[in-house]
Amino acid sequence: MNALTLWFHKIGSPPTFYRIAGAFAPWLFGVALVLGAIALYGGLVMAPRDYQQGDAYRIIFVHVPCAWMGLFAYAFMAVNAFIALVWRIKLSEILAMASAPVGAAFTFVTLVTGSIWGKPMWGTWWTWDARLTSELVLLFLYLGVIGLYHAIEDRRQAARAASFLALIGIVNVPIVHFSVNWWNTLHQGQTVRLMGESHITGAMVWPLLLMALATHIWFFASVFARSRVGLLELEGGKDWAREVALADAGDAMVTSHV
Amino acid sequence: MPEIDVHDRPALLEARRLAYARNDEPIFGPLDFVLHAGEVVLIEGDNGAGKTTLLRVLSGLLEPTSGAVLLDGEPLTLTKLSHQVALLGHQPGLKGDLTALENLRFAAGLGGVRAGISPATALAGIGLEGFADVPTRQLSAGQKKRVALARVLLAPVGLWLLDEPYANLDLEGIKLVNRLLELHARRGGAALITSHGAYAFTSGTPRRIPLRPATAGAPA
Amino acid sequence: MKPGSTFGACAALVRRDLTLIWRRRGDALNPILFALIVVALFPFALGPEPDNLRRIAAGVVFVALLLSGLLALDTLFRGDYEDGSLEQLVLSPHPLALLLACKIAVHWLTTALPLLLVAPLLAEMLNLPHAVLPVLLAALALATPLLSLIGAVCVALTVGMRRSGMLLALLVLPLYVPVLIFGAGACNAAQAGLAFLAPLLWLGAGLVLAIVLAPLACAAALKISLS
Repeated sequence: MNALTLWFHKIGSPPTFYRIAGAFAPWLFGVALVLGAIALYGGLVMAPRDYQQGDAYRIIFVHVPCAWMGLFAYAFMAVNAFIALVWRIKLSEILAMASAPVGAAFTFVTLVTGSIWGKPMWGTWWTWDARLTSELVLLFLYLGVIGLYHAIEDRRQAARAASFLALIGIVNVPIVHFSVNWWNTLHQGQTVRLMGESHITGAMVWPLLLMALATHIWFFASVFARSRVGLLELEGGKDWAREVALADAGDAMVTSHV
Repeated sequence: MPEIDVHDRPALLEARRLAYARNDEPIFGPLDFVLHAGEVVLIEGDNGAGKTTLLRVLSGLLEPTSGAVLLDGEPLTLTKLSHQVALLGHQPGLKGDLTALENLRFAAGLGGVRAGISPATALAGIGLEGFADVPTRQLSAGQKKRVALARVLLAPVGLWLLDEPYANLDLEGIKLVNRLLELHARRGGAALITSHGAYAFTSGTPRRIPLRPATAGAPA
Repeated sequence: MKPGSTFGACAALVRRDLTLIWRRRGDALNPILFALIVVALFPFALGPEPDNLRRIAAGVVFVALLLSGLLALDTLFRGDYEDGSLEQLVLSPHPLALLLACKIAVHWLTTALPLLLVAPLLAEMLNLPHAVLPVLLAALALATPLLSLIGAVCVALTVGMRRSGMLLALLVLPLYVPVLIFGAGACNAAQAGLAFLAPLLWLGAGLVLAIVLAPLACAAALKISLS
């Protein structure tokens, strides 16, 4: 076996991943928060007003990166779902299932910020804009995966079933986008596009990209943290999990055992 | 500890360090045994020992957590299995709204029939020829069991996997099962049956494999 | 000693399923009744003005049939799962995808086809312009098998779950949305005098794809659910 395969094999082992993820997660959260704060400052304070939308456009610094993350998370989930189904690798199962709630949260924030954006623009809290509608369907896809995962008792079977659903969903995502776009053009009255006609100047680009980076880092931090819990849940009977529990309990165990 | 097998016929079914765990709870294993043509093996164990799960693993419905099952010396696939194995599972696998004969005719259409037998003769063979037109849901549990046995009898396969074949049967029924097993073995077939009680066989004692509930705390 | 032919097995399965439905033919009326109720509720909710109803007629009929089909999906595998016949199908020597395709076809024939026959009545209740009716029927004829095929895959994932109704609805919704968009969209376009062939062709393409892929996906999903 060459070094790369060996490395993958080692990373994929639950106790190793548990340790590595545990070491990285807090740092990743910290970096994400710092970068996010800088990006928000850049977007909310430093960037100039939009000539068309005034200050209301500033919500794109949250809305757009979250929209990107919603799709990225789904892709990440689908890749891991595929690996989990074909090669039955436990870590992939866990990673796929851990990314579902994070992706759903990002999608939800996308919807809420989109709705908040719509209010000053068009006076309504909800508009059946093509992109928002697609986001809503994406949220339902996520909720379906999460719901199916929690409805089955056997954790590994549940992960396999939910992974299968995630793969069906990813085939569906472009179909939904295409059909919703068509649907929007058919009903002429509602071709409002939230992104509008305003052009993006340089001062607006860097906070957007920095926020995108921050959300990516946050995503991985979140997935790592969730995966650790998932691994413990799955491998509860194994020795390495017991050692972790005992190490955490530490002194309490010693003093309570006479 | 599996007995040393005196048959020198090729192994029909072999389990090597077969184990199954659900939600990280070990259900059974590691288990080793060999089944030859012409043998009847009894897997015995208490409720919850994993007998049904073992049969489902052997039938290809479940993938074992570790170890391997070999059919005719080759690793198992569901396709290979389906041509060679008949499973009598926990439920009888019969439609309540169909009559016994219709159920058997469907089974014959789905899986084919062994030479020299037909749905009607199978029904007679299990002693229910008068019930050909009764909807299966009106039969008693024991009668349903017999119809399910007839389905297994019809199947053109060499290996029978029977889960609790004696359950719900009266003494006549038990003798019937033993007779069918004997005939099957003499024809060169093999059978693996599970039971949680001790039942007498008409000729010889079948090899018994005890299945104890696996102990927790499997190594990482 | 050889198993029967695959064609014979499919024929036996189709015969069995048709016989079973015939023995409980009263139940076959349920989807029709449900669709009628759904459609009848709309005039009460929106007022009886014909122009109001005419605008939403095609869409409401579509949604009513979609919901009826969703309710009926539960019967696709539940009976077989509960009495152990589903396992026997999985263990049979014939391709599971083919057997499932037969089951889905019979299911569509006995649940969706009656709805298709009732659709003109439903459309009339909502004052659909008569010129749009052929488009509605064509769209339904393409959409309902597509919904059955897609629905079957999702039912396979939830087979054996008690009270899976809500979860099933959640699972199928994102998959049903494009079908509904194109199906009802074709009717609405026809009603507005616009071109309506394109969405029908998209439905047709989707149906052809689903006929090939959905049984395979259904078989894979069933094997996961039964493990």
